[in-house]
Amino acid sequence: MAEAHDGTSGETAGKAVAPQQDHSAPPPAVAVVRADRIPNPGFPPERLRVTDLDPKKEKQAERTISALFFLSIIGSVLAVVAYIVFPIDELDPTTIRLNNMFLGIGITLGLLGVGIGAVHWSKALMHGHEQVEQRHPTRGSDEARERSVEIFREANAESGFTRRTLVRNSLIGAVVATPIPAIALFRDLAPAEDPVALLKHTMWDTGVRLTRDPSGTPIKAADVTIGSAFHVIPEGLAELESHRLEEKAKAAVLLMRLPVDELNEREDRAGWSYDGIVAYSKICTHVGCPVALYEQQTHHLLCPCHQSQFDVANHCAVIFGPAARPLPQLPITVDEEGYLVAQSDFTEPVGPSFWERAL
Amino acid sequence: MSTTTTPPASATETAPGRGMRFTSWAANYVDERTSASTAVKALGRKIFPDHWSFMLGEVALYSFIVILLSGTFLTFFFDPSMTEVEYEGSYVPLQGIPMSVAYHSALDISFEIRGGLLMRQVHHWAALLFVAAIGLHMLRVFFTGAFRKPREFNWVIGFLLFVMAMALGFTGYSLPDDLLSGNGLRIIDGMIKAVPVAGAWISYLLFGDEFPGTDIIPRLYVLHIMLLPAITIALIGIHMVLLIVNKHTQFAAPGRTNDNVVGAPVLPAFAAKAGGFFFIVFGVIVLIASFFTINPIWNYGPYDPSPVSAGTQPDWYIGFADGALRLIPPNLDWVDPFGFTWPFGVLIPLVGLLVFLAAVALYPFFEAWVTGDKREHHIAERPRNAPVRTAIGAAGVTFYAALWAAASSDLIATHFRLSIEGVIHALQFATVVGPFIAFSITKRVCLALQRKDREIALHGFESGRVVRLPGGEYIEVHEQLDDFERWRLVSFDEYQPLMIRPNDDGKITVSQRVRAGLSRWFFEDRIAPVTQNELEAQKH
Repeated sequence: MAEAHDGTSGETAGKAVAPQQDHSAPPPAVAVVRADRIPNPGFPPERLRVTDLDPKKEKQAERTISALFFLSIIGSVLAVVAYIVFPIDELDPTTIRLNNMFLGIGITLGLLGVGIGAVHWSKALMHGHEQVEQRHPTRGSDEARERSVEIFREANAESGFTRRTLVRNSLIGAVVATPIPAIALFRDLAPAEDPVALLKHTMWDTGVRLTRDPSGTPIKAADVTIGSAFHVIPEGLAELESHRLEEKAKAAVLLMRLPVDELNEREDRAGWSYDGIVAYSKICTHVGCPVALYEQQTHHLLCPCHQSQFDVANHCAVIFGPAARPLPQLPITVDEEGYLVAQSDFTEPVGPSFWERAL
Repeated sequence: MSTTTTPPASATETAPGRGMRFTSWAANYVDERTSASTAVKALGRKIFPDHWSFMLGEVALYSFIVILLSGTFLTFFFDPSMTEVEYEGSYVPLQGIPMSVAYHSALDISFEIRGGLLMRQVHHWAALLFVAAIGLHMLRVFFTGAFRKPREFNWVIGFLLFVMAMALGFTGYSLPDDLLSGNGLRIIDGMIKAVPVAGAWISYLLFGDEFPGTDIIPRLYVLHIMLLPAITIALIGIHMVLLIVNKHTQFAAPGRTNDNVVGAPVLPAFAAKAGGFFFIVFGVIVLIASFFTINPIWNYGPYDPSPVSAGTQPDWYIGFADGALRLIPPNLDWVDPFGFTWPFGVLIPLVGLLVFLAAVALYPFFEAWVTGDKREHHIAERPRNAPVRTAIGAAGVTFYAALWAAASSDLIATHFRLSIEGVIHALQFATVVGPFIAFSITKRVCLALQRKDREIALHGFESGRVVRLPGGEYIEVHEQLDDFERWRLVSFDEYQPLMIRPNDDGKITVSQRVRAGLSRWFFEDRIAPVTQNELEAQKH
């Protein structure tokens, strides 16, 4: 340990010291310990504080500190006063701000008074000289280490832990096996159904009307003017008693109308749109945020979470950002009353990718 | 300065008063039942070195206590149920809107309970400060090499605390069940689903149903108020015990060696300062919470999978993960020949972040292996004196910062009127190339600073006094440092690259070649500290 600070005699500079076998001072390996290191000059002369030199300053610091502590008491009292004097009036939201602010100021004073006072006391008045303590190697003493080895040896001899291998190994096996029931117990964190099957279906089905989110009123094709966009949910979703949000998280759709000549449709999806009106899943194929921003001029959809961009005119292909796939398209048509309806469910799972998605 | 100074011990030699008699009776009563005097003897006058950077860890500890206190208050009023109710509280814009009980009670804490909003804001600000202080504390420990033997374990425990802090933060952020946090959970759900083989199942079990289900908030609540805090408290306990066992590091200064600790004793000076500092940290958090809104959940509305607001951002410490998700190029899904989907667009950031975190956790062991240095180190190094480590740190910080900035890519684009594509491409560049640039600049700067130190140690500093010599030449007089000032500049560890040597079988192993290569990378460019011989040669 001591080698770091005993650079005394003037040997040749820059010579790596040969590894020593003394365990209390491990070899420095690739560290260079120069024989002609500049020696540690020892502690510099002490610098006294103004409170050490001038009794008047000392008295003054004492007064400041107790004043801070008194200020703290006042602050704590003020906090209680503020709690009573600034109640929250249900009809006047500004009272919340006043309550928050004055209560906070009181508590702050109470805390900072104690804090600054104590630190000032420590720095200005308490015995200020630095003190020294010796360090010792972290490892236990040789005696302790030898005794520990001995204890384990005795324990081993008394128990036969290494000798009775069958007992030991079966014990290890048993202990490893005990947590398995605990893992099995967690199966019922979720219901019995297969989540993969659930992920592949939504509320959309043949003839389900497209309705406005959140009111649930159906949409006529004639209402969808060129350039407009609708946030859509399937008919009946708003009235669901249970699983409303779960269904909505899969079935949310964006409805847009583009000029027919600007809409570039894939052949296998011919007939999925109606007179330039197209419907796409609103759930981002990246990690599932709602793709809520529609740029009317460029026909781009933007996901506000991670900025994936989809080109509506081009079957929602990903044109920028981290999304991996185009948004799934919902095939739509109109019913005899002129309302927009789905032709079927989505033909692929909506939302983020998962292992079994393409199966 | 005298070693083992004894403070003046004279003041209390008058006859013991009533209070004194009670104190000694109580002390005796407790000690006879607990042996408390042993602990006081061992710890009471333990020396703690002082440096402003040592308080970063204290800030973390104290803000955690503030979090526990304010969080306990909140649990008395918060109800984590996801049962749907209609809002009937005093906040007019949300009246009549269906929402979960969790969101309702979070609104009630904000609007109906005196001091409720204050405590919510104290809790949230303290949480932000907690993670920030841990991060800065880790940077301090890293850049001063305070993780070296014997403190490798404590580095790992500190790292785990950093992970715990993020986990606590994220679970807490999700509890109010507002639109913003719900979208955060949605993103987590999307990331989990991307996990090969079991993704859909893990998500299903975690949420107790398809996303969002009605179980996630109560489950996160249990994690947030019981499991994670318990683990965190246990880890903090171990962290503190190891701190006491290893004793604190100190910066090089005259009189300080690798074998001593110089500073203030726990009782009274350090305890007063640290205890006072707790109140200061607490006070500052309350002050911020009384004047600055944080997480105004009432503006976001209840969670609904369909709407979302532009400019969404997670709390700052999750930013690097969110940024990593944003920077990945499009269309990276791959369907393997068996029909299984590999969402590389999510998996690459996920694995990349795990690798980054693992690298942070394991760095001390890596450096110990490269240097082969088995000595104990108690002197905190100045970052410049370990140029490659400092450069590695700078590269890591740059990587993290680029990812972090990416979490605000949309806000950067709108505020500075840039295209989002341009911002993303610039940040992709910064993430991949930035660390290399940062590495080489930092290493050069460190070496230059070391050269400057060496110059000053040898030749002194410019005094500003210009003198004309008899020959007509003008020089600026250099003033020599005194021994105490010089010590700070010359006392640092010096290493040389490892030489490849055959082992006992006469073979050179691959691992030795790798190690020698890394060692060369670490120590090839180096500045030696000034030696006594050089100093004396200079004087003549």
